[in-house]
Amino acid sequence: MKTVSKAYRKKDAMQLVTGQPVYMDDLVPANCLIVKLLRSPHANAIVKTINTAVAKKVPGIEAIFTWEDVPQDAPRYTQAGQTFPEASPRDRLLIDRHVRFVGDVVAIVAGKDEKCVDKALRLIKVEYEVLDAVLDYHTAKDNPVLVHPEENWEALCPVGADNKRNLCAHGEEGDGDIEAVLANSDIVIEHTYHTKACQQAMMETFRTYCSIDLYGRLNILSSTQIVFHTRRNVANALHIPKSMIRVIKPRVGGGFGAKQTNVCEVYPAFVTWKTKKPSKIIFSRVESQIASSPRHEMEIHLRLGATKEGIVKGIDMHTLSNTGAYGEHGPTTVGLSGHKSIPLYAKAEAFRFTYDVVYTNHMSAGAYRGYGATQGLFAVESAVNELAAKLHMDPFEIRQKNIVKEGDYMPAYYGATNTSCALDRCLAKVHEMIRWDEKYPARDLGNGKVRAVGMGMAMQGSGISGMDVGSATLKVNDEGFYSLVIGAADMGTGCDTTLAQIAAEVLDCELDDITVFGADTDTSPYDSGSYASSTTYVTGKAVEKCALKLREQISKLGAEMLECAPDEVTFDGRKVYVDAAPERGVSLAEIVSASQFGHMVPLEVTETHTSPLSPPPYMVGAAEIELDKETGEVKVLEFDACVDCGTPINPNLTRVQAEGGILQGIGMTLTENITYDAKGYPMENSLFQYKIPARVDIGHIHVEFENSYEPNGPFGAKSIGEVVINTPLPAISDAIYNAIGTRFYELPITPEQVAMAAAEKE
Amino acid sequence: MTIREYKKAESLEEAWQLNQKKPNRVLGGMIWLKMEKINVGTAIDLSGLGLDTIEETDEGFSIGAMVTLRQLELHPGLAAYTDGAVRESVRHIVGVQLRNLATVGGSIYSRFGFSDVLTMFLALNASVELYKGGIVPLAEYAQRPYDRDILVRVIVPKEDAKFCYQSVRNSQTDIPVLTCAAAKNAAGEYRFAIGARPGKAVLYTLPADAGETPELTSARFAASIRSRIKTESNMRGSAEYRNHLAGVLVKRAVKQLG
Amino acid sequence: MQINLILNGTKVSVDVAADTLLLDLVRSQGCASVKRGCETSNCGLCTVFLEDKPVLSCSVLAARADGKRVTTLEGLQEEAAEFGAFIADQGAEQCGFCNPGFIMNALALFREKESPTEEEIKEYLSGNLCRCSGYEGQLRGILNFLAWKKQKQEAAE
Repeated sequence: MKTVSKAYRKKDAMQLVTGQPVYMDDLVPANCLIVKLLRSPHANAIVKTINTAVAKKVPGIEAIFTWEDVPQDAPRYTQAGQTFPEASPRDRLLIDRHVRFVGDVVAIVAGKDEKCVDKALRLIKVEYEVLDAVLDYHTAKDNPVLVHPEENWEALCPVGADNKRNLCAHGEEGDGDIEAVLANSDIVIEHTYHTKACQQAMMETFRTYCSIDLYGRLNILSSTQIVFHTRRNVANALHIPKSMIRVIKPRVGGGFGAKQTNVCEVYPAFVTWKTKKPSKIIFSRVESQIASSPRHEMEIHLRLGATKEGIVKGIDMHTLSNTGAYGEHGPTTVGLSGHKSIPLYAKAEAFRFTYDVVYTNHMSAGAYRGYGATQGLFAVESAVNELAAKLHMDPFEIRQKNIVKEGDYMPAYYGATNTSCALDRCLAKVHEMIRWDEKYPARDLGNGKVRAVGMGMAMQGSGISGMDVGSATLKVNDEGFYSLVIGAADMGTGCDTTLAQIAAEVLDCELDDITVFGADTDTSPYDSGSYASSTTYVTGKAVEKCALKLREQISKLGAEMLECAPDEVTFDGRKVYVDAAPERGVSLAEIVSASQFGHMVPLEVTETHTSPLSPPPYMVGAAEIELDKETGEVKVLEFDACVDCGTPINPNLTRVQAEGGILQGIGMTLTENITYDAKGYPMENSLFQYKIPARVDIGHIHVEFENSYEPNGPFGAKSIGEVVINTPLPAISDAIYNAIGTRFYELPITPEQVAMAAAEKE
Repeated sequence: MTIREYKKAESLEEAWQLNQKKPNRVLGGMIWLKMEKINVGTAIDLSGLGLDTIEETDEGFSIGAMVTLRQLELHPGLAAYTDGAVRESVRHIVGVQLRNLATVGGSIYSRFGFSDVLTMFLALNASVELYKGGIVPLAEYAQRPYDRDILVRVIVPKEDAKFCYQSVRNSQTDIPVLTCAAAKNAAGEYRFAIGARPGKAVLYTLPADAGETPELTSARFAASIRSRIKTESNMRGSAEYRNHLAGVLVKRAVKQLG
Repeated sequence: MQINLILNGTKVSVDVAADTLLLDLVRSQGCASVKRGCETSNCGLCTVFLEDKPVLSCSVLAARADGKRVTTLEGLQEEAAEFGAFIADQGAEQCGFCNPGFIMNALALFREKESPTEEEIKEYLSGNLCRCSGYEGQLRGILNFLAWKKQKQEAAE
């Protein structure tokens, strides 16, 4: 292959490294209105009275909006970026008289600068009727306190939601007789695994700019992964026609799923729609930490049965997921906790997967890389590590005995067939990379420090099967350069480049011959957006199909110019020539000129793709840690991983995706904690308190690839973006077990917990 | 934080006069001040007063209030005198760019519980020079309530001693869960400053017993300090864990200082 | 208040409020490379040179830059492109939002230390957070750049 599987620089790389103005706040006029939000200090309350008279008098204040400006009995909306009909319940109003978490929106203030807006925020007088709050998600279901008692709450999909029971979703599924299988198992591992509402913490906080264009339409420039869903969600929130909205995304300063929810768009949209003046909102880091779209806190009760030879016979999983005050991504994330963990174990004769997703008065959760699979894999992989230890088996060996293979039927994965899989090779590779046999399980350095290893496996999906839609438009321009227009969102992942690589491969041209534009709801072809690990697999396939079709158009016009039939010519990327007389040809530039001069053959094609399958990428990761038994400090010296993402379209970008995802997983395992005060407010409300890893926190990360070939993906590709976050959780926690003999079932594992556990053992 | 006026002081007297008014504040590196929810009247900048140098003599070091933590970190004399302990005490503080701003005066004046700098200078037997209040031992200054005097410089006397610095942090660039600066002088006497309890660092002086093995000494010191130190719980660790760590770090300090 | 500074080599005279931060001043002067990623001096995105020293522009009053030289990535385009190309060759720039601050501080490191060790690199840049890359690709880029520079110097000698 010429351009696929080559490590090109990202098309925007040099602009980014030289600091060019390409992000939302670099592009907007300095004199637009500044929008900020007054937020509730209570976890559950009704705004009894709100007085904005004094605040409105602050010089420079343009407008202040409260619940009184928003019809309270109108249809509700969701901020989740999902295909219509959204699985997430429609449970929000733009400003609700009933505020449901500390940080919920009470008023929108717009003014000419930050100073006057800050001042006005302090001058708004609010009287609250404070209600009892649901702050322990174990007690949420059927709690007499309802997070959403209102009648206009609405679930569009049958996800088992019931607002009168604080249920955002409920489900039960299974295959085989799980109780019988567990009863007949030689050994059953049973525990509850708890993971927290970790934050994506992308470096660019949530932000949106709005203006009115020459047609009177609302233009939204937002740092988002989902331009099309944004159009629908904002229209639903403002109750205005979708035709009146255009959404464009500039460069996005990181997303990781956070920007798959319209956390901030509706507020400046409302201001600009009402005032007809341009406005912007930029969330502070505190707002991004306390009123955003973090991972769903989950507690997974797992029973895993196996034979004494280490064959996993059955998995019984119950997931309790805390969606917080609103249901964004609640019904869908929970599914992945089972669907993307249980299928790894192909020898199982039965499984059961049940779940409750509950409303509480915490901030709403959302989509974060891994999307429930991360939580589920922590449980399943930790349990298998424990099983291995109990059976005195090597964790790699027990995996090799159990893993899903290419061609296997996967009952817990929507009954799909495993179309491509190199998981066995990934296991062998990581075993070698980390020099497992030398290091497993641990060695005492004699100075209070221990080095130990641990491992884990992971899978994810590639897009949402039968739902996600990716599209591409390609056209040929003067002198024969191509424009690729997409609706997928490059948020640093490099899809502008990888999609162009796929097009260039098909079109037999150089990567530089293709320009890329995305995404704009007015001009991009429809795309669900960049989430669910869909862009390479789904949109990539659309690009491949589109480029193939464009080749046909080029040949057609070339043939017309050469006065022969389209099947008598060949396009080689530079010219169309007659097969029977190769010296007779017309160059691509000539064909383009002709297309612009008295011809009717369009050199522009749009293609759309969806896939009935979501082929899982697979991964194995292993950690070597150094643990100080006295202080409890744990440092990951080395993390070795091997990924099967099918064909890596751009090996550099797939590698960096993996390295970045691994470090996020390490952060989730060791330092990224979320604790709440008595009102349910997250104490870790800044980068001072919420500790994402710095470069001194990590030794080295090594990533290798073992490629399978996915027949349904573009050039054999599957996804990479999400699977990479999952393995550090079980790997590091098992390494800690191997170091001190204590297992942890809750993350993060803090130095204090380690030190106290080690002290107890001594 | 808002600031109504900014004044680059032309003399210590002017700075002091301005600082007598309640809403006015002296700017250090502004790292912590910026995060406070306060309305400052006049921000008093001392950066034009030549307080940004470290002077070393045979008797000790005179460190101006506006010396940055980065200057401390890179000063060869301090490194040599403290066996690298001063560098160790500041190198974990977020990053070079922050340490190029954060000042010794700001750190010492603020007397934050988690201050690595306060912990280190306590063990160095430092004193502070106040514009009106004269020279005050740091151990005493650390216990004083905040006042409106101007901290001019920090004085570190030279003695025949060895030093070491340790801290435990939940992540490498986070503020510490516990800090421990230790000194052993020629007479065999030990000093331990323990900070981030999470309260302000406190200083313990313990005499060595010549007949004792180093193992016994370290165990005795660890037990002694653990029984005396008051620790509390916060987001970063519990009182029990901090008490445990105090023992660990004291023991390790004795081992390192010999 | 009126202040005078030399911003990227050009004299600038500008009226600022007492509490205007250097970060907001330089952005208003067209230096959009300077980003804000937090309010707690933790992220390093806002790194600029004040009199050639890397500082967090979010934590410096604009007033304090009076009479001083301030440099942002806009004033170091050649160096940024030269070094940045090595980051780009790893694909480690990713979303790019932390890049200007990271590259500023890396350039500061290279000025202070000609051939820093891996340990020194990590420590010097520890205040530059990145959520995309896992830092490993940035480290590869830095090491490749240093090796290239060394080779270039040796060739010149």
